[in-house]
Amino acid sequence: MSTVVKGAKRALIWLGVITVLLYSILALGVLMDKTEFTPGLGLDLAGGTTLILKASPTDNTTIDSSDLNQAVEVIRRRIDASGVAEAEITTQGSDTIVIAIPGHPSDRTIDLIRQSAQLQFRPVLLVGDPNVVLDPSATPTPEASASADPTVSPDPTVSPDPTANPSAAAGESVTGPTASPTPEASPSPEPSASPSANPAPVPGETDPSSYDWLTDDLLAEYKALDCTDPANQGGRDLGDPDAGHVACSTDGTSKLAMGPVELDGSDVKTATSGPEYSPGGTLTGRYEVVLDFNSAGATKFSDVTARLYGFYQADPTDPRAQFAILLDGAVISHPSVMAHITGGTATITGDFTQQEAAELANQLKFGAIPLDLTLQTKNTVSPSLGTEQLEKGLIAGAIGLLLVVIYSIFQYRALALVTIGSLTIAGVISYVMIALLSWGMGYRLSLAGVAGLIIAIGITADSFIVYFERVKDELREGKSLPASIDHGWSRARRTILASDAVSFLAAVVLYVLAIGSVRGFAFTLGLTTLVDVLVVILFTHPVLVLLSRTKFFGEGHHFSGLDPRQLGRSATYKGRGRVVTPEPQAGEASGLTLAERKAAAAKGSQTNGEQK
Amino acid sequence: MKFSLAEWGNQLHSGERTYAIVPKRRMWLTISALALLACVVVLFVRGLNFGVDFTGGNVYQVSNTANPDPAIAEEVIAQFAPEQEARISILGDDDIRVQIGVVDVSVSRQIEEGLAEGYGVDQDSVSSDQIGPTFGAEVGKKAIQSLVVFLVLVALVMTVYFRAWRMAIAGIVALIHDLVFTVGIYALIGFEVTPASVIGFLTILGYSLYDTVVVFDKVRENTENVTSQHRYTYDELANLALNQTLVRSINTSIVALLPVAAILFIGAFVLGAGTLKDISLALFVGMAVGTYSSIFVATPLEVTLRDREERIATHTKEVLDMRASGKSDVVVNEDGQVRVGALQPGGHRGQGAQPKRKGRK
Repeated sequence: MSTVVKGAKRALIWLGVITVLLYSILALGVLMDKTEFTPGLGLDLAGGTTLILKASPTDNTTIDSSDLNQAVEVIRRRIDASGVAEAEITTQGSDTIVIAIPGHPSDRTIDLIRQSAQLQFRPVLLVGDPNVVLDPSATPTPEASASADPTVSPDPTVSPDPTANPSAAAGESVTGPTASPTPEASPSPEPSASPSANPAPVPGETDPSSYDWLTDDLLAEYKALDCTDPANQGGRDLGDPDAGHVACSTDGTSKLAMGPVELDGSDVKTATSGPEYSPGGTLTGRYEVVLDFNSAGATKFSDVTARLYGFYQADPTDPRAQFAILLDGAVISHPSVMAHITGGTATITGDFTQQEAAELANQLKFGAIPLDLTLQTKNTVSPSLGTEQLEKGLIAGAIGLLLVVIYSIFQYRALALVTIGSLTIAGVISYVMIALLSWGMGYRLSLAGVAGLIIAIGITADSFIVYFERVKDELREGKSLPASIDHGWSRARRTILASDAVSFLAAVVLYVLAIGSVRGFAFTLGLTTLVDVLVVILFTHPVLVLLSRTKFFGEGHHFSGLDPRQLGRSATYKGRGRVVTPEPQAGEASGLTLAERKAAAAKGSQTNGEQK
Repeated sequence: MKFSLAEWGNQLHSGERTYAIVPKRRMWLTISALALLACVVVLFVRGLNFGVDFTGGNVYQVSNTANPDPAIAEEVIAQFAPEQEARISILGDDDIRVQIGVVDVSVSRQIEEGLAEGYGVDQDSVSSDQIGPTFGAEVGKKAIQSLVVFLVLVALVMTVYFRAWRMAIAGIVALIHDLVFTVGIYALIGFEVTPASVIGFLTILGYSLYDTVVVFDKVRENTENVTSQHRYTYDELANLALNQTLVRSINTSIVALLPVAAILFIGAFVLGAGTLKDISLALFVGMAVGTYSSIFVATPLEVTLRDREERIATHTKEVLDMRASGKSDVVVNEDGQVRVGALQPGGHRGQGAQPKRKGRK
């Protein structure tokens, strides 16, 4: 067996190994119930709604990818909170967010998604257990102390119900694990089991830390709120900025009742995270978040911290020493104020991991640079239209494939079998690749992607044509078939690689820069270009090498598509002095042989001589 | 005599039959330049017919209706959005497509419900497409960005690969020619431009270059050692390469166009308007133009540029001088043209061709 044949067989074995391996991975995924055997379909084929949002900053700052990712996080939380299942949110380019939602989402959901993020700072009034407070069982003592209250509050609309206080005390075990982060230096000491001193009499209606904000309605809402429900952890409504509000922390470990909004995202300049340093300048091994306010924010924050620090000095466990930071109505942090901060720079410390600190800083930053999300398009495809489009797309593909096959048979006769085989292999590999990518990176096949696959049939077949024509050229020059294949391949391979590289480059550029359905198309086009290279090297060429050893192709049968007689060669040298000479044909094309050239030269010098 | 593509290919390969594309490059380039100019004029005079994705608006599509009567849709639109002019079309047998201008989200929902009720279908059978007026501009902007980045990268890749920046320039000019030509045809006929058509235009980038690279690769192969021989000039060898790849170009183009034609057919006649039709129409036009340009624009332009290289200009002069002095062993056809073709090495004729010993039968 010659080395060429050995190499060809080895290539085919490699191809088999790769294919079997890919399908085994997919089969494994299917068996483990992690994926399906069919690739995931985009919403234009499966039915559903696609929203394309463009994020633009409300002021003249620029947005970067971390802002965009943060926006995606916020949108994801909003969608999850609205109870829509399986929404897929992706970013495209530098400022585009694509949201795919199965079915018909309500207008409310869409409005919810579109609104920009709201960062709010509210003073905390109560911190409590996340569970629903059940009146008869859970709050016997509060009721008792409640009787003392009316004496405190003459205002009938305000009821600083101490029910809250005991429950806050009961929730102490909960605030413990949250390790509520505290500004400056060390984390706040855990509140002791004893409830804090009775709330001071109402200092004034405008004081945001006043219990006056706890109206009966709000207290009822506070009691009823279930912060173990993930829907509530994602943020409820934003609440009236000028009234009290209750909300859950994002981790669901506590619920809070708060006063009116004192600062919002427009007051924050930026937020950063980093390792914490002790006053001595050494690393403490913990992480902190540094919050920078702008000048207006610094003034407001100074007032707030002055007041809250007062509570802290009176009683470090007083929940009113904390302020809550809300993003989209969910409490992302509620640190205690441990200093009067006048400089406009606050440091939030606590038991953060690096990741947690970074996330908090991002959330604050995102709230500080509110992105305006404008709805670019909303595209709803009914499941029936999607199915119809997929069906018709596949029919178009089948017709296209058939036409290519017919044309190749007409052009290349038996050689078309190699084309058909290569296309089949390319299809088989492309399919498993798309199914795997659909599993691995959540790729969804869209209608544009299907179009890309169909168009790829032609472009893949083109590389076979380039190769076959090359081999024919070599045959025309009088080489034997194995030599023609050998020589033609080294030439054609270069051409195929160069043109495929250009195609792939186009696909990558489109995928990276474009938005919308262009990406799905670029993706399949790029993928099939790679598959094309694989198939040409590991299938088409080895198969041709092996076929050239057969009698049918090797001797140039009339229907083999590699018949030297059709290619203008009257004789082929078969080696060992044997020459295959078929019947000479009339009007046969003759090349520029040595004899012709000599005759021409002789004629040339003759005419030259005559001129002299 | 029966026309055979294989035989035609043989004749082109051997140089027995030649199409003087490079020698007549001035004519071809002028024709292409004029056509290009016409395209630009048409583009400015008539403008492109931008689809709803670029102007903004709402499109509804009701599938599988029992009674595809446009009057029902007209009534629904008149009821909910009386100020809008509806463009209603029937797709396939039983689908209705309604297109109106920009309306509010809530109105849009009412229209969806109205259409579902009017045609007696489930609301899930109504597809809607609501496009903000800035979306198309966004797609267009990104497309142009991609185009510029791609052109720069391709220029680099081709310069490195062919080791001749003039080839890269010629390829890119051919590419721009294809794009402008395709867009010009869109303006002339008034095909609707949608984001899917933009995909099509951008795909032409890849395909047009694919074709050009195949031809250029042959040109490079033929002219690799051009200065070490004095039989043919660079122009003649480039023209030979063009003729030799003619069959290949035709075959690759037909094979690439067949699936596109299949999508175009299904997209236009079975599904009606939509992504498939828009992509395939742009590709169909672009690929046809791309095939033309790889033959009639890219190579002639490449030769024009390369002739300015001193090495090649000197060589051409030497070859022509040798021919004039009769020292060259080129074959001259009856029409006085030098026959340029693949040289055939002498071959072994077998033992039978050897002289027989005397006295032996």
